[in-house]
Amino acid sequence: MVLDQPAGRVEDGKPAAPWRHDAKKEDLKHIGKPIRKVDARGKVAGLTKFADDLTLPRMLHMKLLRSTVAHAEIVSIDASKAAALPGVKGILTGKDLPIPFGILPVSQDEHALCPDKVRFVGDPVVAIAATEEEIAWEACRLVDVQYRELQTIGGIHEAAATDEPRLHDYGVRGNIHRLENLEFGDLQDGFARAEHVREDTFFFEGNTHLPMEQHATLAHFDKDGKLTVWSSTQTPHYLHRALARTLHPLPAHHIRVVAIQNGGGFGGKSDPFNHEVAAAKMAMLTGRPVKIALTREEVFWCHRGRHPVLMRSKVGVTKTGRITALDFQSYLDGGAYGSYGTASTFYTGALQTVTYAVENYHFRGARFFTCKAPCGPKRGHGTPQPRFALEVQLDKIACDLGLDPARIRLDNLAPRDSLTANFLRIGSMGLGACIEKVVAGSGWNERRGKREVTKDGRIRGLGLACSSYLSGAGLPIYWNGLPHSGVQLKLDRSGLVTAFCGSTDIGQGSDSILGWIIGEVLGIDPLGIKVVTSDTDLTPVDLGSYSSRVTVMTGNAAMQAAERARDILQKGVAEKLGVPAGRLVFADERVFDAEDPKKGMTFQEAIVCSEARFGTIGTVGSYTPPPTAAKFRGGGVGPSPSYSYSAAVVEVEVDPETGIYRVPHVWMAHDIGRALNAAVAMGQIEGSVYMGLGEAMMEEMAYRDRSHKGKRVFVHKIPSMLEYKSPSALEMPKVTTYVIEDPDRNGPFGAKEVGQGPLLPMMPAVANAIFDAVGVRVDEIPCSFEKVFAALQAKKDGKEGRYGPSSGADGVPVVDFGDSLKIKTPWQGGDGTAWNEPKREKKAAK
Amino acid sequence: MLRLPTFTYHRPKTATEAVAIACQHGKAAMYVAGGTDLYPNMKRRHQAPTQVISLQDVPGLHAIDWLPDGRCAIGSMVKLSKLEHDAKVKAAHPAFAHAVREISTPLLRNMGTIGGNLLLDTRCTYYDQTHEWRESIDFCMKKDGAICWVAPGSPRCWAVQSSDTVPLVCAMEAEVELVGRDGVRTIKAGDLYRDDGIQYLTKKPEELLTRLILPAPTGWKASYLKLRRRDTYDFPVLGVGACVWTDAAGTVTKANVRLGGAGSYAIPATESEKLLVGNKLTDELVAAAGSAAMKPARTMDNTDLDVYWRRKVAPVYVARALLACR
Repeated sequence: MVLDQPAGRVEDGKPAAPWRHDAKKEDLKHIGKPIRKVDARGKVAGLTKFADDLTLPRMLHMKLLRSTVAHAEIVSIDASKAAALPGVKGILTGKDLPIPFGILPVSQDEHALCPDKVRFVGDPVVAIAATEEEIAWEACRLVDVQYRELQTIGGIHEAAATDEPRLHDYGVRGNIHRLENLEFGDLQDGFARAEHVREDTFFFEGNTHLPMEQHATLAHFDKDGKLTVWSSTQTPHYLHRALARTLHPLPAHHIRVVAIQNGGGFGGKSDPFNHEVAAAKMAMLTGRPVKIALTREEVFWCHRGRHPVLMRSKVGVTKTGRITALDFQSYLDGGAYGSYGTASTFYTGALQTVTYAVENYHFRGARFFTCKAPCGPKRGHGTPQPRFALEVQLDKIACDLGLDPARIRLDNLAPRDSLTANFLRIGSMGLGACIEKVVAGSGWNERRGKREVTKDGRIRGLGLACSSYLSGAGLPIYWNGLPHSGVQLKLDRSGLVTAFCGSTDIGQGSDSILGWIIGEVLGIDPLGIKVVTSDTDLTPVDLGSYSSRVTVMTGNAAMQAAERARDILQKGVAEKLGVPAGRLVFADERVFDAEDPKKGMTFQEAIVCSEARFGTIGTVGSYTPPPTAAKFRGGGVGPSPSYSYSAAVVEVEVDPETGIYRVPHVWMAHDIGRALNAAVAMGQIEGSVYMGLGEAMMEEMAYRDRSHKGKRVFVHKIPSMLEYKSPSALEMPKVTTYVIEDPDRNGPFGAKEVGQGPLLPMMPAVANAIFDAVGVRVDEIPCSFEKVFAALQAKKDGKEGRYGPSSGADGVPVVDFGDSLKIKTPWQGGDGTAWNEPKREKKAAK
Repeated sequence: MLRLPTFTYHRPKTATEAVAIACQHGKAAMYVAGGTDLYPNMKRRHQAPTQVISLQDVPGLHAIDWLPDGRCAIGSMVKLSKLEHDAKVKAAHPAFAHAVREISTPLLRNMGTIGGNLLLDTRCTYYDQTHEWRESIDFCMKKDGAICWVAPGSPRCWAVQSSDTVPLVCAMEAEVELVGRDGVRTIKAGDLYRDDGIQYLTKKPEELLTRLILPAPTGWKASYLKLRRRDTYDFPVLGVGACVWTDAAGTVTKANVRLGGAGSYAIPATESEKLLVGNKLTDELVAAAGSAAMKPARTMDNTDLDVYWRRKVAPVYVARALLACR
């Protein structure tokens, strides 16, 4: 576009809340400084206890017997031989846990143990606890499960073409789980005004989180009838809810969930899992503590990672590359269960508009059930796949029009403080600065398109791509009007400040930001603050560590709690010293008079005098995101308090004879509002580069689909750390990181999301760099060596130098999406509702 | 986590004693050297010895000896990391030291031995899986099942030769020393292997590999070139071992090219070898010899990376390996 008038602009200047976003850098004592993380020493010294490190007296070990068939009805289960094995103490089947659960209220479709049907190889059927893990494993081998096999649903096309058998008896129809069809503005007009239109088809294969720590859970049911579950989870609150549901009638307040330090999550520990529910039930059944530690293969069965997504994107631009219309279709292979899939489906269409101003936008998304480990949220949740498509397509458009790929992006930037076509509210927006940084740093203008040859005969190329990501979801997972995050502070007369919060540190530093923010507000050493997190008995609810929500949401809650504590101390000290409260300064572990710094007291004395005056000191803070502008059905996915931005330039060196390439250097700029700790932020950015590189080059949840004499085998091809290929230290490129600070008024000290966003540009930037080097397009992720080779061969043979899904009519399945919801854009005077939306009572009445 | 099954662990003090224990237990027994392959396999239950015979205490298996005629005799228990860092080995046999360095990771090379690597079990993505996974495909003929999933119509197993040293030592015409019931015998390394995924060795199960003997480093030049996705842990999906003998004028008098990771044994690229003999290693000749290697590269869909691609790049790898022999 961009719009002639800044239509959709929201009122400037009024801060949403006093989150000190405009604080001057030089006035900040701790924020922005490279202070060590509060949990750093335990981690580097190997002293941190993970869930599998825990033991309790008389503890049993549990194993799950999992389905060996891809889709079947369970005819019978005979566990009598297993029960007779010495050492076996408990056996559970689906009958013992009949209540279904699931992370989203709309898809309560999972059981801890399958009661009647299995839906993929790896679905759990029987749980056995024994005195030794070896015995539990042997006992599982003695169970006889009889199956009546059903047709396997192997992928997107097969699911679209197969109405019966259905994997689930809910969803849209057949094996279609979700269908979404949203139209913003006037597509016809947008394409009519376009001077160049491109239509491309892309495929993004699924991949997984691959955390170093395999999931583990310990459950203990005590003699008072109280259950405690220690687990490697990112979302203790949701696990707590799932346990309360499935273990009914055990009251929720008799259940305590403790999220143990995670050895990596990346979204893979955000669902309540069958092994957690089964361990809890087994502890109740046997009266003994029960532990389950998953094998690496079982982690692949838990999955919830990146959806395989087939995409078709049609975009219209002017001669100068301004986007007039975008018509985007995505087809998601959801795997066997709903998980976060409803949200994932919307996310494949939500954030295209947040980087570039799209004047008219049509999104269609379909999610299918298939006989694979269920897909869900992985770092970037649902947005890396469309981002890959869009960024490669923009590169192609730039090429078509003879424009600089960096320029076309700069010219299309979505304006700051505006509403997008799909009613997402953009606040601070530093993408332009990000692009300028990586362009300058990489020598983009001088080196792009030069095809230099290295000493060993490889050809160099540079590729550029951008992205945006949320700072937490604007709406909770289950509908409620409650805060998304809560923090309690206890101020002890010893001078100790303790912060209690339900959030879980998954290694990214969320425990630490509580200390840094509170330390800044109260003028004390952040490392002296005690942080107690992720224990449902002790800490106020935080929804969990996902969607990059913790820094902004718990950060704001912590700031509110700290401000309130400061107010109390200010009053106490002001009275004691006879100084106006407004003149008091909190700094260097002291509270003192700004006009006479000698007049004051230590922070501890401030607590003592305030406690003497007001009684025990404790405060609370909480945070609820601002209301969303989108009012149409489906508008709940995408809104966020703020959006981070990233831009990357990737350098590749391609061997034209084999298609083998390496990535020697990546330049990554990330607009994070404000760095609460630049060192930790850069660590997150480098981690994103690493993970994105793996997705770009090699990672895939590939399945074996073989038939022999009427038997069809459909199983994950490579569920091991050796054969599921992820880059090693040797593949890791040199990373030049730029932290861009464009403070956002909704974030604590202006901070936004860090570390999901910069994963996204990696995949398209690699594909674009390969094009720059050897002139072929790989429209598929992973962009592995053999695909580059195939594209080079095709080009050599005089065909289109491209590898990817068919760009013909057979490229995407035929799906009737029905009528679209039609929403007027802000610049058409839209109010965020769909003018043709059917009344919602219909569903409620059902 | 995956757990080991229970087994009896033997620690014989001599090679003869080790062989005697192996004879006594027959199929139930296996030797263990570094254990970097056997123990993970036991955890996945696709190698299931109940009697494990450690060679740790057998003297004479841990030394590198230089024979008077210039040959190098390497004890089968010599650690891979010791070999790769041995100055004399590096100087005399740079290609061999390089091939050793290409095996897995430094950590595993600190445990793994040359004997273990030479006898490495053949690999297959239908076989190197947990018991549970293999149950879901009804197993395969290499362990517990009836068919080969790689080629269901095939009467044989197509598991892949995956050692990095094997193609090279075969090309170099090295020898191996074996101790059995009837004493010691020495055979050409190439004669130790067979073209079968299950019976991939010609030696009797109880025969103990004691030494690898590399030829004196004169009159020939060798190279090893490995194809894999990541230059760190990965097994080869193609490993070209090449060895070229030339006369004073630079004319090739003999050439051996072996393709590892492309079949159940290190396949000789006979046509490539024939093209080379009697000629000089020009760029054109090397390219032609490379092209001739596509046919014998019988890649199957049971390793990492695309089966057709692996076959199509074999010529490039063979040509590059030969260039390194110039």
